[in-house]
Amino acid sequence: MEPVRRVGWLHLPLWLTYVFLYVPIAVLVVMSFNASKTPFTWKGFSTRWYGELLQDDLIRQGFINTMIVAVGATVIATSLGTLLAIGLNRYFRSALLEAYALTPAIIPDLALAIGLLALFALVGVTLGLHTVLLAHVVFGMAFVAAVVLARLGHADPSLEEASRDLGAGPVSTFFRITVPTLMPAIVAGALLVFTLSLDEFVIAFFTDGPSTPTLPIVIYSMVRFGVTPEINALAALLLLVSFTIVISAQRITKLTDAL
Amino acid sequence: MTETEPALLSLAHLTKSFGDTRAVDDVSLDIRANEFFALLGPSGCGKTTLLRSIAGFEQPDSGSITMPGQDGKPDVDLRALPPERRPINLMFQSYALFPHMSVEKNVAYGLERERLGKSEVRSRVGEVLDTVGLTDKAKARPAQLSGGQRQRVALARAIVKRPRLLLLDEPLSALDRKVRAEMQLELKRLQHEVGITFVVVTHDQEEAMSMADRIAVMHDGRVQQVDTPVDLYQRPANTFVADFIGSSNAFQGTRQPAGVDVPGLGLLPGLPGGDGTGEAAVLVVRPEDMQVVDADRAVLTGEVLDTQFFGGRSTIAVAVPGHAAPVTATQQGTADVVRGARVHLAWLPDKGVVLRAQE
Repeated sequence: MEPVRRVGWLHLPLWLTYVFLYVPIAVLVVMSFNASKTPFTWKGFSTRWYGELLQDDLIRQGFINTMIVAVGATVIATSLGTLLAIGLNRYFRSALLEAYALTPAIIPDLALAIGLLALFALVGVTLGLHTVLLAHVVFGMAFVAAVVLARLGHADPSLEEASRDLGAGPVSTFFRITVPTLMPAIVAGALLVFTLSLDEFVIAFFTDGPSTPTLPIVIYSMVRFGVTPEINALAALLLLVSFTIVISAQRITKLTDAL
Repeated sequence: MTETEPALLSLAHLTKSFGDTRAVDDVSLDIRANEFFALLGPSGCGKTTLLRSIAGFEQPDSGSITMPGQDGKPDVDLRALPPERRPINLMFQSYALFPHMSVEKNVAYGLERERLGKSEVRSRVGEVLDTVGLTDKAKARPAQLSGGQRQRVALARAIVKRPRLLLLDEPLSALDRKVRAEMQLELKRLQHEVGITFVVVTHDQEEAMSMADRIAVMHDGRVQQVDTPVDLYQRPANTFVADFIGSSNAFQGTRQPAGVDVPGLGLLPGLPGGDGTGEAAVLVVRPEDMQVVDADRAVLTGEVLDTQFFGGRSTIAVAVPGHAAPVTATQQGTADVVRGARVHLAWLPDKGVVLRAQE
């Protein structure tokens, strides 16, 4: 590595950048422990809002709904996205087909949401968690396929041939060689889908039924009547969940890389 | 490796095209049991496609790949079998070690596919790691090994299956020069020790010459000549082989009973004369057969352009009037002529090889 050049005055813009990035999050976490009912005045430390949060049936149900969608979408999108990437890499070397596979990840959420709603209406499906799940699988698959395709791009195709040569059939080769060598990318893709699904609002808002709101929709309807300290506590908890997942997933990928 | 050794693998009229290119063009070959066989040729000559067809990773357009049956059993048609069911193993050019498995897991992989007992797998893995000298690296990951060690793991993984035939795709190309020389000897030793027939693909003629019992020289998808290293060198079948194996002096002319008549140089001695007198021919003389002689025995006369010293031997480049390329002669030790000197060159008639000219 090149030695870092010392430029004293550049420290100032650097730290300003970090302040800009992290002060809102710090304020959120601090205010979630505020004893005051109004969110903008400090009245001493309290964990009251965390307690109230756990009592709130609406939020608890929203959290359960969100977890159902996030876990389901992660499992389905990761499996299908991985298969899609392997199939594209092995049998259809086409830049156009690859681009079409990845498009759902980059088209505006709003367009995807309206399109899905129109489709569901056309087919006559009742809206509910299952339609949100399907919708999240659509963009989730695209993210997983993108990550796995990138890894396949610099994978050694002779690994699978070596496995066949040593006496393993195609199925055994897939599970013992193909999947393990792609595991870091598969885990990274799964993680991406889970975190995206966890706080996805626009698509869920369009494709969800009225009786099964996901957590972002619950929060949205609460915030319409003003930000309460309870929301701060909830946001702080979500932050904790995201951090935990990202860090543990990083550990796992490092582990599988080392294995 | 006598002529009577039975064929282990027979290729007959094998052809494989990619689009308009014939990668393998009507190749027929017999590989004999227990020999060290090399497929030698420049890149793009079809040698790797041929190897991959034998292993089962390319489907030939036509022709057959068979293993003659032993003890009265019928021949085995390899084309009907998928790669995992052929009694053949391939060592890949990239080695293709499984990165998520330790050295011993890599080596055990093929045995576990045969559903052998745990203790037998363990003892055979231990044995083969001992043979390649990697017992202390059994728990290491491929990423922690040097190039030479990876090559040994790849070899161990292939021979632990005790295949009847081991194919090696450019086995030494990923190694640096010094390790490569060591591994050449090592491969030869192993081949004798484990008693498996080896087929090596290489573009390096020195590698093929030093290791193989027999060599097939390939060019443009076709086999040009199959012979022992010595015969390839001394009796090349055509100008491509003469040019590709070692260095040589080539003179174009017309065939005569006693050699080749070269315009401007006269009749140059060579064998075989006789047949096809008058047709276009090329006379090939190896530099070490080109001698500096007295004026009365001179076949060619010219002026020394340059001398190069290579340690044990020296090469003299001589400009001969009437011949475009400099004629080279190799001498033991240091050259006894100086630049600008006038020298006379000659060779024994049986050291001049007369070949039909190719366009």
